[in-house]
Amino acid sequence: MNTDMKTEMNSKSNIKFKKTNKKNDDDLELIIEDITDTAPDLKTEEAVGSSAPKAGKKKKKKKKSETKESTPEKEAEVAKDKPHYTEVGVSDIVIDMHGIIKRYFIGQPNELEVLHGIDMKVRRGEFVAVVGQSGSGKSTLMNMIGALDRPTEGQYYLDGVDMFAAKDKDLSAIRCKKIGFVFQTYNLVARTSALKNVELPMLYAGMPMSKRSKRARELLAMVEMEDRMRHQPDELSGGQKQRVAIARAMANDPAIILADEPTGALDSQTGRLIMDIFHRLHDEQGKTIILITHSPELAEECERILTLKDGNIINERKGSGKVAVS
Amino acid sequence: MLFLENLLLAFTALLTNKMRSLLTMLGIIIGIGSVIAIVTVGNSLTNSITSEMEGMGANNVIVGIQQRESEDEVKETGMRYEAYYRRKSPSDDDLITKDMIKALIAEFPDDIEDVSVESGLGETRVEKGRNYANISLMGVNPGYFKANNIEMSAGSMISERAYEAGKAVCIVSDRFVNNMFGGDNSKAIGHDIEIEMSGSSHKYYVFTIVGVYTYKTEQFEMTSAKDSQTFVYIPLNTALKKNHAKGFTDFTIMTKTGVDSDEFATRVKGFMNRYYHNNKDFTLVTFSLASMVSAMTSMLGTVSTAISIVAAISLVVGGIGVMNIMLVSISERTREIGTRKALGATNGSIRVQFIMESIVLCLVGGILGILVGLIGGSIGAKALGYAASPTPGSIIGALLFSMAVGVFFGFYPANKAAKMNPIDALRYE
Repeated sequence: MNTDMKTEMNSKSNIKFKKTNKKNDDDLELIIEDITDTAPDLKTEEAVGSSAPKAGKKKKKKKKSETKESTPEKEAEVAKDKPHYTEVGVSDIVIDMHGIIKRYFIGQPNELEVLHGIDMKVRRGEFVAVVGQSGSGKSTLMNMIGALDRPTEGQYYLDGVDMFAAKDKDLSAIRCKKIGFVFQTYNLVARTSALKNVELPMLYAGMPMSKRSKRARELLAMVEMEDRMRHQPDELSGGQKQRVAIARAMANDPAIILADEPTGALDSQTGRLIMDIFHRLHDEQGKTIILITHSPELAEECERILTLKDGNIINERKGSGKVAVS
Repeated sequence: MLFLENLLLAFTALLTNKMRSLLTMLGIIIGIGSVIAIVTVGNSLTNSITSEMEGMGANNVIVGIQQRESEDEVKETGMRYEAYYRRKSPSDDDLITKDMIKALIAEFPDDIEDVSVESGLGETRVEKGRNYANISLMGVNPGYFKANNIEMSAGSMISERAYEAGKAVCIVSDRFVNNMFGGDNSKAIGHDIEIEMSGSSHKYYVFTIVGVYTYKTEQFEMTSAKDSQTFVYIPLNTALKKNHAKGFTDFTIMTKTGVDSDEFATRVKGFMNRYYHNNKDFTLVTFSLASMVSAMTSMLGTVSTAISIVAAISLVVGGIGVMNIMLVSISERTREIGTRKALGATNGSIRVQFIMESIVLCLVGGILGILVGLIGGSIGAKALGYAASPTPGSIIGALLFSMAVGVFFGFYPANKAAKMNPIDALRYE
């Protein structure tokens, strides 16, 4: 594929997205309000001020020192000790990890420490890539971020919720309302239509059936899958499945979208389409997205790149913003 | 909230693996089906026996004499049945006399509707040319016909005068007429029959047929209609003249409507004991048909309960099959469980989902089992010659029980699913 072709394709897909964006923008705003109304807030949500607008675009990486006084003490300490992450205003911080250690087989001869004290902050509306080779601890970190697992040591606040203190039931609720997962293998529930798949997180959030179905249709329309909403996963192509999965991840308007190698199983063309959807969610809806990948090109597209090696963040830098073409 | 969704999910899962679901349900179907079939047949049997007994007169009280079991004898031999080997026939002094019956009727005029007394003269075969009929010759009083619901099909009843005078008249069954007169009642009535009693006391009687009664087919007929033995009824006094009997071993009291026959039986025993409390060999016993019916019903109930319990064991086996297939299903759907957990499903909602699936599996099996049982039970009851009467209670019970099997055997697999670690579940290959 030559460069011209690639650029052309890219611009094509952008145009396509803009069209649909216009069609759905108003609806989406409404829907988001809807969700915040219906989904009961987690008790701890107010603990860390969440006055920042949920959707709306952020002015990137600006407000720092002014808000520093308002951060809790430990936050300040963290900032002093570990200066390598970008400091941001606390009200803006969605993921706040400090000294995360994860050990397996604790107390046994084969005890294994996978993460050796990860410090990581992610601002609301940021598009962050986590890269690293296999075995670097990416997946373990993703499990921590996604509330699928608990750290052995350290502090983790997700959208103001102390994850260390959360019980299993709380973790379920957090996964349900604050995190949208996009997996490499799509993980759509088999024998269940695209529509029902998108409805699932809302079902677990306790949303009434009619609302659920309405929002699921809108989300599927957003990823241009409305004409396939009655299809079951085995009747969809990889790209289509991933689009449904993204719609599903958006269902409860989560604080972060956690994408684990979302294009890993797709050909480059389809992968491009999926990445464009993420960009769109980020640019137009201000979604916080964490992309876990081992593709340096895809990582470059993000605002910030964290490189993980042997359980440590060894490098943190801005992404070039250059859109990979394939 | 999740109920409808779970129900839908459960049915989807059931329909996805139709063959597997059916095979799994087979245990439940057989278990529930056999219980329902047994209960249906048992209930049909009970109903028909009860109605037959009621036809015989549930309000009847039977009074009879019974050989006393000598306590000494029991002590000596240590075996109760010894007494039966030394059974002796009652002497004339031991029998219930006409006077005793008269006194009884005089004592309880408000309770006794009528009394049925009989005295047998023996059994034989009546032959004429190539025709024959097996008969039992019996002297009866007018109350006998009422007590036994005997209906006349031709001719007339034995007249009062004939009873009193002990005339040589008789009433025969329609089967007797079939055998001896080719079914022609007009030919039979007025005709004399000769009855010869063989054996040690060789006797020869001649009676004139005055009426024909409708023979009631017995439940378990061992012989063909032609060979079956029917009664030839003669007036009681005629019989007593011939066999020189001084009394009766038993008689039947028909109570008036509204009288508690069970309680009345005790009162009769109390009254009649005055004649028997000094009798060394015989004592008087009474029992009501109602109590016999209830004893028989409860016995049948016990039998069908016992068989049902055996059948219910097969339900447990079926339940184990359900548990097994649920475990298979859960391991097949590990990734789905992981995904659901990642999407926010709590352990509780996963548990409920799979328990629901197990319940639906068992419940559908139970419903199919009920249908199979009802069909099987109806066929069984028909084969035995009764009207099938399924009990609603057993059907509801079967439904509840199959649900309970679903909950019980679904819990362990569902709990296993609920406790899965989402990370491991998501990565499961």
